[in-house]
Amino acid sequence: MRIAADLLGSTILFGVPLLLVALGGMFAERSGVINLALEGIMIIGALAGCLFLRSANLGGWGVNSPQTAMFIAIIIAGVIGAVFSLLLSFAAINLKANQTIGGTALNQFAPAFAVVLTWAIQGQGQTSITIPTWVRITQANFGFAQSASPGFFENLIFKSFYLTTPIAFILLIASYVILYKTKLGLRLRSCGEHPQAAASVGISVYKMRYIGTTISGFLGGIGGLAFTVAAGSGFQSTVAGYGFLALAVMIFGNWKPLSIFGASMFFAFFKVISSYSGSIPFLPKFENITNSSYIYQCIPYVVTMLVLIFTSKRSQAPLAEGQPYDKGQR
Amino acid sequence: MEDYIIEMLHITKEFPGLKANDDITLQLRRGEIHALLGENGAGKSTLMNVLFGLYTPEGGEIKKNGKTVAIKDPNTATELGIGMVHQHFQLVHNFTVLQNIILGAETVRGGFLRLEESRKKVMELSERYGLKIDTDALIEDITVGMQQRVEILKMLYRDNEVLIFDEPTAMLTPQEIDELMQIMKNLSAEGKSILFISHKLNEIKAVADRCTVLRKGKCVGTVETASASKEDLSEMMVGRRVDFAVAKEEAKPGQTVLEVKQLNVTGKSHLKKAVKNISFDVKCGEIVCIAGIDGNGQSELVYALTGLMNTESGSVLFNGEDITKESVRKRNMKGLAHIPEDRHEYGLILDYSLAQNLVLKKYFFDDFQKNGFIDFNAVDEYADKLIEKYDIRSSSGASSSTRSMSGGNQQKAIVARELDYDPKLLIAVQPTRGMDVGAIEYIHKQIIAQRDAGKAILLISLELDEVMNLSDRILVIYEGEIVGQLEPKSTTVQELGLYMAGAKRSDVLTEGRE
Repeated sequence: MRIAADLLGSTILFGVPLLLVALGGMFAERSGVINLALEGIMIIGALAGCLFLRSANLGGWGVNSPQTAMFIAIIIAGVIGAVFSLLLSFAAINLKANQTIGGTALNQFAPAFAVVLTWAIQGQGQTSITIPTWVRITQANFGFAQSASPGFFENLIFKSFYLTTPIAFILLIASYVILYKTKLGLRLRSCGEHPQAAASVGISVYKMRYIGTTISGFLGGIGGLAFTVAAGSGFQSTVAGYGFLALAVMIFGNWKPLSIFGASMFFAFFKVISSYSGSIPFLPKFENITNSSYIYQCIPYVVTMLVLIFTSKRSQAPLAEGQPYDKGQR
Repeated sequence: MEDYIIEMLHITKEFPGLKANDDITLQLRRGEIHALLGENGAGKSTLMNVLFGLYTPEGGEIKKNGKTVAIKDPNTATELGIGMVHQHFQLVHNFTVLQNIILGAETVRGGFLRLEESRKKVMELSERYGLKIDTDALIEDITVGMQQRVEILKMLYRDNEVLIFDEPTAMLTPQEIDELMQIMKNLSAEGKSILFISHKLNEIKAVADRCTVLRKGKCVGTVETASASKEDLSEMMVGRRVDFAVAKEEAKPGQTVLEVKQLNVTGKSHLKKAVKNISFDVKCGEIVCIAGIDGNGQSELVYALTGLMNTESGSVLFNGEDITKESVRKRNMKGLAHIPEDRHEYGLILDYSLAQNLVLKKYFFDDFQKNGFIDFNAVDEYADKLIEKYDIRSSSGASSSTRSMSGGNQQKAIVARELDYDPKLLIAVQPTRGMDVGAIEYIHKQIIAQRDAGKAILLISLELDEVMNLSDRILVIYEGEIVGQLEPKSTTVQELGLYMAGAKRSDVLTEGRE
């Protein structure tokens, strides 16, 4: 039971960043912009959030009101991610630049910028920003002590519980409501499918695409912080390809919020299997193979490829995604 | 003093090197149906885009109810109660009918959609004007006719009183056209004023009260339709008498050139079959026409015949030889010519010169290359020969950029290339799409000349007039199946329409192949 709780808890922990970032990608693509810069946005968002946590820790007030500090860090990560995504919006929407190249440029810029800033603040060679231990939500936050022999649920919930997790679920529901139940969602989706039709009824396609990409940046930034917190070893100017994995999750989730939730948990599960492979008793060990741990580490990526091969035919990508909208063209 | 709802006075709109509208005056009476007639490029769409706020005119003024207005963009037009059904529908394919109607004019409370309130209003309008729709169906699942009703409801939902219809009948079956004519009459009886762009004289005679004719950007005049004959209108439109009937002699079919057996083709975007079990043949010296509404498998059938798409099962025989799996080049070399439906996508390389496009099917012949190097002098000579023979007009002859040429001349270039290597079979897909009366006449004469020279012709057309005038035998395609074989002499447009809409079918495959 212990291992089951660990697996499930870790799946949620690693699924949360995927969920947030994939939802971000969904908003951008539903409005018609391919956000390939998610990887970079995650890094920049995480950088901002971690720097805030660091200063809260050094200032000494963070430890007294940890969850307030964490909440502010999440907001900062989101806002900075959103601001960073404006670079992509401007290139993709106003300048009608190739969105793949624009996104790739931001992805190359982000880690370099993060390294420079980390060193500038912490001194030469200090490549990682440590995350204070107080950000984790423990039994103490709810007013009771850790049990001597924690049961299934206690293990599941409190082993690695961060504020990003409940916020991610709130954002998931909010995403669904915004996309399907509001005027904004209806207009946003129309711009990703048929921008000329949207424009013909007086909708500003530029505005909708800016909104879509900015929401995308906001969610991507928070996702970056959620990843860094989950990874556990502090901010190291990388998110290990999660931005791209999130795009795969988005495609597997067919650009729909609830399916994206399922897809992110599916991918996270395989990710966790790969890192826990050593401690799961029923998995074969391949002991006669050198470096056998790599076999399990391949799993998430192999699964990604297989899933995309089998689902891409049925996928319903927004029709106008990636196509710059030209006002003159009818 | 006449009661005009919209007056467009002395409108002039220039594009670089072209005066699209030159001092055009059009006055729309309240509650009338006013047709705007003209050939392609006469300036009809430009004029309507000026009224809808998509273009700003260089000269002239627009009055609504006698007051001068400035229409800067479509939003201003909407505020003034002007709505437009575009030639290509502006509908989101995976939205429901209701979502499409309310898009941009949503009923909301606190940002949340109030779909039920909107639905009530839509249903009221739908009943009042006799526009039958299913509010919850997805656009991609409904017929073109219903899509058009959705577009009309979009205008009514916004309380528009001036309705512009831009070539609304191009995609409809004859039955749907009759229905649309009735709807337009209902709308005008309810007090809506309608502007109706068309180049189809029958429709204008049937429904319009008055008609303004444009030619080459100039206004030729406005007439009461009741007092003008079809011939008068066409003379105003083209500037000369036009022969509507295509002169051709009895077909003398010879040997079978193309034989299609039990052909199945999977669609491009979907996993479902686009062509289902189709069998037919084409003999030399006859024009076989495949008639049908756009999107019923014609494109896929042609792609399979020409080698652009793989077949799933079945076979294609050319002069008795199985070419089902042959490459495009090999099919061409055997004598298959193809005038494609989309001349920009499959017909021409727009950034190549005219000469390079003309030699596209022959550049590898020894006449034009040596050891892989192209002999451009020979290419230019050959191009000049074709340009003269087929009267292809362009700014700088063989070296003109193909992109800069007019649609009609681009089509002539394709026709020249395809006919000049003396094919045995010509597959012509909508060969006159988007062309004006003069160019259509030319292409039709070329096709008949090819037939009389003993070539087999497979014509795929959406234009019923073209189908009835040109073909010797008509096959009707509906949802990927051949549902009828008809003789143009013994059938009517109405009967053809029933087959095209899937309302009627006969088991032709066995009869036709006896």
